[in-house]
Amino acid sequence: MSAGGRLPLSLAVPAIATAALVTLPLAYLVVRALGGGPEAWAVLARPGTAAVLGRTILLVASVALVATAVGVAMAFLVTRTDLPGRRWWTVAAALPLVVPSYVAALALIAAFGPGSPLAGAVDSLPGVEGAPDVFGYPGALLALTASTYPYVFLLTAAALRRVDPAVEEAARSLGRSAFDTFRSVTLPLVRPSVLAGALLAALYTLSDFGVVSLMRHDVLTRVIFTQYRTLFDRTPAAVLGLVLVALTVLILVLEARARGGARPAGPPSGRPATIHALGRWRLPALAFCAVVVGLGLVAPVVVLVGWAAFGGARVDGAALLEPAVTSLGLGLGAAVLAVLAALPLALLAVRSPRGLTRALERVAYTGNALPGVVVALGLVFFAVRYAVPLYQTVPLLVFAYLVRFLPQALGGAHSALLSVGSRLEEAARGLGRGPAGAFAAVSLPLLLPGLAASAALVFLSTVKELPATLLLRPTGLDTLATEVWTETSTAAYAEAAIPALALIVLCAPVILALLGAPERRLEPGRPGAAPARRLVEQA
Amino acid sequence: MSRSPRLAMLFALAAIGALAALGCGGEPAPGPEDPRAPLVVYSGRAENLVGELFERFERTSGIPVEVRYGDSAELAATLGEEGGRGRADVFFAQDAGSLGAVANQGLMRELPEPVVAPIPERFRDPERRWVGTSGRARVVAYDTRRLKAGDLPQSIFDFARPEWRGRIGFAPTNASFQAFVSAMRLEVGDERTRGWLAAIDANQPTLLENNIQTLEAIARGEVEVGLVNHYYLYELRAERPNLPVENHFLRPGDPGSLVNVAGVGELRSGARPVAARRFVEFLVGVEGQRYFATDTEEYPLVRGVRPDGDLRPLEEIQGPDVSLGALGEKLPSTAQMISEAGLGS
Repeated sequence: MSAGGRLPLSLAVPAIATAALVTLPLAYLVVRALGGGPEAWAVLARPGTAAVLGRTILLVASVALVATAVGVAMAFLVTRTDLPGRRWWTVAAALPLVVPSYVAALALIAAFGPGSPLAGAVDSLPGVEGAPDVFGYPGALLALTASTYPYVFLLTAAALRRVDPAVEEAARSLGRSAFDTFRSVTLPLVRPSVLAGALLAALYTLSDFGVVSLMRHDVLTRVIFTQYRTLFDRTPAAVLGLVLVALTVLILVLEARARGGARPAGPPSGRPATIHALGRWRLPALAFCAVVVGLGLVAPVVVLVGWAAFGGARVDGAALLEPAVTSLGLGLGAAVLAVLAALPLALLAVRSPRGLTRALERVAYTGNALPGVVVALGLVFFAVRYAVPLYQTVPLLVFAYLVRFLPQALGGAHSALLSVGSRLEEAARGLGRGPAGAFAAVSLPLLLPGLAASAALVFLSTVKELPATLLLRPTGLDTLATEVWTETSTAAYAEAAIPALALIVLCAPVILALLGAPERRLEPGRPGAAPARRLVEQA
Repeated sequence: MSRSPRLAMLFALAAIGALAALGCGGEPAPGPEDPRAPLVVYSGRAENLVGELFERFERTSGIPVEVRYGDSAELAATLGEEGGRGRADVFFAQDAGSLGAVANQGLMRELPEPVVAPIPERFRDPERRWVGTSGRARVVAYDTRRLKAGDLPQSIFDFARPEWRGRIGFAPTNASFQAFVSAMRLEVGDERTRGWLAAIDANQPTLLENNIQTLEAIARGEVEVGLVNHYYLYELRAERPNLPVENHFLRPGDPGSLVNVAGVGELRSGARPVAARRFVEFLVGVEGQRYFATDTEEYPLVRGVRPDGDLRPLEEIQGPDVSLGALGEKLPSTAQMISEAGLGS
């Protein structure tokens, strides 16, 4: 199956079907925007729109940059150094993904905002004219970085585990320093994964409404929500939604350029990588991890516990059980579906790279940059017209999660396929295996760490998803996220804190299972590594 | 590359098929009402405020109720996209704007005069497509650590004075603020309203996302006064009894003391019109009205049902003499005006 050959229909059909289905919200936006007449487009010409667009681009670019720097550094520390408690840090660094970003923002406001102990301390310093304002761009950047760096972290850590240590060892033996080796040898090998994570951070920022509203930072999503919430006008909202899609296309083009000539690496050797001793860098490294995890996880948890304790919330375990089970089920369902849907798209794009297959894969990113309510309204529009029996049922809800979060599975699947390559599989086919058999026996076990990271991302995003859940769930179906919303919508923060904490507790073991397992699978002698080794020897 | 054009064509066909199908799809034929079928309610009001009310209705009527909770405006948008093809019987919303948006798309059934008669005319749709069920007054919430009730002016226009510079907070994109500005336009005209907005903008207010955040900003000491709806204070106090915030009611008839409503309308899409009518009658009846007075700290709208505790009677607040139905038409141009004044997006 080399580039330029025939496209296997067994992959092309599901890939095309997936791409067509997940672009339904885009079709909806086009229908709405075209149906509105010329006055709908006037929203683009309004004096404030250009400034809003500028602020949006600045925020997206800076969140992507900072999240990338933080995520790569964390991934390096937990996979390549003797950082104490690496396994613990791995889970803790991934967990901010499950903290709803508006909770992260509320935590930052509680910690740094006016009236907070910290702001008071700064104010009391001699010669300081008031603490710096947390609201606006700095607060939005901080809260969104804390919420999105785990995308980069999870994908990069998975990729680092796949890198053949022999390459790094060769560089070291030629006299390169550890840092130089990482920068010039390792980093290029994991670049597709880093970029995939940065892309997800950028798209999340584009679609976010919770943080920017709390931080009072006027970006595109806020203008879209104003159209819905105060003007009840879906047409200008659709036009602005298309602007978000246009920005997405721009970001995808930039990412593809940056990815450039990334070459598929060789198959993983199955040997553990060299672990660098941190030495005198141990304390700064620990401090760095503590700050990152402190902002992303500890601060929100402390704020939540504070709300619960301060407001005297009762913990009713029985009442939480049902929403917890529902969240878990929906999350796992969406994760499995997303990985299955992502594989054909990623396989075609990686192994039969050409305009069409790349376009199919990229098209699947549209849903991710749109606010959840836009995706939900799009699916309402189509479901009540063409799939009435599915409307407000679990299958449609899970499909909505697929539309929103497929790119999170694609990123991991794509970069895993790139690094595993197809040589082993070709060898297996040369030895008489069919295409599906060779894939299942040889490539799949090697892909598992990357796919597990993909599944983890989709799971975590799904369990905290709110807007589409509210509009598309079967009536009466509650998740932990809807329970949090019910209470915060009437400022019952103490009651809201309990399901929010339950969400974090529920996700910790899932992350542990998904991130812990792959390391073992790559050890020599484990399934996957052994048959691969044998095949290499036979070939 | 031989397969590419064929696959591209397949994809294009799939897309064209989806778009072509857009024009089709019909309305479901109305059948006889099944008494066991649930009454489907889209509720923009939160479960911890009105969940108990739905249970009381189930008990007294014997009609099972299925509630979908959400944000009023998002549910209004959902009903718009359903376009009458959904199965909701009733829309119970936070604000007149959401109700008007659904009514204006022809999705609501007209209510008979006797059903809406107990509610004063200014709290319902002139065409009787929706009716107010409870009132919330615009007030000026203030920081009790820094201000006393006596320090506060009696009219919203006084907050335009320079002495209030840097001390005011409000949510310019919130529906309740926009309704209040619309009421001001109807009461004193566009020119004076523009002047007020410009003066408020010159006072460098803190712009927030919603009423609760405005109260939080007062509690943090970030601003001294906030322009909000009266009842959010009681929600926050339920958790924090010592909250240093109090409500100040402006002079009766002042635009700043507008009384807005939460309300209800029957949807054409529902399969249970009879049950829907009983639900509306329940909300505007004595039992429903008492519930709003005692359980949600709102104003009952039916004369004779007294509000709870320390709330001033509705008759004393009065608010500007404008019809909420008329406010809806003003909303888009009001939003424009607020945005031109440099407030909000």
